[in-house]
Amino acid sequence: MVVWTDEERAAISDIFSKLDYDDVGPKCLSRCLIVYPWTQRYFGAFGNLYNAEAIMNNPLIAKHGTTVLRGLERALKNMDDIKNTYAELSILHSEKLRVDPDNFKLLSDCLTIVIAAKMGTAFTPEYQASFQKFLSVVVSALGRQYH
Amino acid sequence: MLTDHEKELIAKIWDKMIPVASDIGAECLLRMMTTFPGTKTYFAHLDIRPRSPHLRSHGKKIVLAIAECSKDISSMMVTLAPLQTLHAYKLRIDPCNFKLLCHCILVTLAAHMGDEFDPVAHAAMDKYLSAFAAVLAEKYR
Repeated sequence: MVVWTDEERAAISDIFSKLDYDDVGPKCLSRCLIVYPWTQRYFGAFGNLYNAEAIMNNPLIAKHGTTVLRGLERALKNMDDIKNTYAELSILHSEKLRVDPDNFKLLSDCLTIVIAAKMGTAFTPEYQASFQKFLSVVVSALGRQYH
Repeated sequence: MLTDHEKELIAKIWDKMIPVASDIGAECLLRMMTTFPGTKTYFAHLDIRPRSPHLRSHGKKIVLAIAECSKDISSMMVTLAPLQTLHAYKLRIDPCNFKLLCHCILVTLAAHMGDEFDPVAHAAMDKYLSAFAAVLAEKYR
């Protein structure tokens, strides 16, 4: 069972309270596709991913980025049982979408960096540590149902 | 694989960091040790509290080495030869930790550069730092 300190809960809440899903979601996913181009393998049906500009202006990617980020809300609302909260999504990603679970970490690194860019120095080392702990729990939960 | 444009971008960014090398370096190290506590094991001999002179001077060394190398990326193997030897035979830091510091360097750059640290700059920087880390670990075995 993951143990969260009060400081960690406060940091994570604060970060999410300031989050504009429609801005950060698209930025995060498009950044992942640009920085780690092999992740584009999962987006064959998403239209033009030819270069960074095309990816950043692609409306299907933007919409999907928001969807993925909204998925994190489930963990935020169930911080004490993230494992079970994501059981269904884990099966979806492993059996239907067939996403290599290593990709979850790549996306979570991009999300951390997008949030750092938005929050600036307010994204303190302590905030970063709490947020990355949260994301690593999510990533682990999403990877659980892979067999 | 870095394009000429990416190499220019990387050199430009690090050039701006040179005057604030202690601040940036200390922040990178602090972020790494806070987020990945296992990395603290390499700093038992230093005072690693925030704003400590040790952290600032050590951070400065790291930033200046990365900045220096960015001025002529094609000569990385030559420029880094002494640091390769240092890390392989004296420091013996497990190379998996290089990735952790690289990530924290990216976070620090993002926090200071905001929107200017766009996906293209991020991709270029990630590639550069990965190459730097790989060269640093080359003499390990």
